[in-house]
Amino acid sequence: MKVFIYPANSLILSDLVERFGHQPLTIMKEIRKKVTDPGLDSPPMNMTPDDAKKGLKYAAIEIPSGVRGRMSLMDPLIEESEAAIIVEDADYMFGCMGCARTNELLKYVIRTKGIPVLELKYPKNENEAKNFVLYIKEFLDKLGKTDAKAGEKQKLAPEPKAEVKK
Amino acid sequence: MPEEENITKMIVISDAELPSDIAISAYKVSSDVTVKETCYGLMVTGKRQEVDKVVDAVRKVNPTKIFVKERGFPPGDLRRCRANRGGGPRPGFHQLKEELDLLPDIGKGLVLVERGSKPVPLPEEKSIPVDIFKKIIDEEAAKYGGNNTQ
Repeated sequence: MKVFIYPANSLILSDLVERFGHQPLTIMKEIRKKVTDPGLDSPPMNMTPDDAKKGLKYAAIEIPSGVRGRMSLMDPLIEESEAAIIVEDADYMFGCMGCARTNELLKYVIRTKGIPVLELKYPKNENEAKNFVLYIKEFLDKLGKTDAKAGEKQKLAPEPKAEVKK
Repeated sequence: MPEEENITKMIVISDAELPSDIAISAYKVSSDVTVKETCYGLMVTGKRQEVDKVVDAVRKVNPTKIFVKERGFPPGDLRRCRANRGGGPRPGFHQLKEELDLLPDIGKGLVLVERGSKPVPLPEEKSIPVDIFKKIIDEEAAKYGGNNTQ
């Protein structure tokens, strides 16, 4: 099953999801498509004005193009996601207002999509870290195992916000 | 075709292992990948199938201490490589370092998973009550002759 993770570039989350038999949807895959593209439309990151237009799917025209551009980068991940793990309060998630607002919008879109969502807080000490791993294991086990590498989809009974633990 | 695309995966070691030892284990598995040794572990580049094979084998060396994540930029890319930046960590390393500090604790969590433990709800950290906080402020202010009438 394809699991969206937030922070979308987290080493810990992507490793745990893959380790427990699912496929993590990470931003690195989308970045790779952009930066290894042979065309040099808009170096260095190849974000083009078209990307900001694609972001209109999620945000209105008066929203800054930075937010829309970021949302267009996230769009394939949102579309493919069948479950999500959202981790709040990570120290390294601070950034500019464009990033902050995009993150808010991203979490909102994921929460309203109607997929199972596990919400956790970023662990600060050993006990929290242990619990963090156990909660993720429990959540992923419930999702029903699929062969992540084969990318086979398995139907999941829709239970929005099945797991909300803070 | 997805099978043919070149990908890069970062193998991050939390502790107890040396990148050079892990690199030797990686070389044993496949010769069709490029392995780059770094301070935090390895970067493995190649076709997805080959990279996954190497990663699976390397992970078995020490499952609770070795973590893997995909990387967007290829190794040595001019936009990220330190060689062309005039020193300093590459963009993205700060986050990796932040997570590296937490990996030993996550490893302990993985040991608990192997033992079949269940999560235990921890008490939430509460903020200090306002009255006690005010009292502390007044006490501290009194030490320096501050106004404690409020």
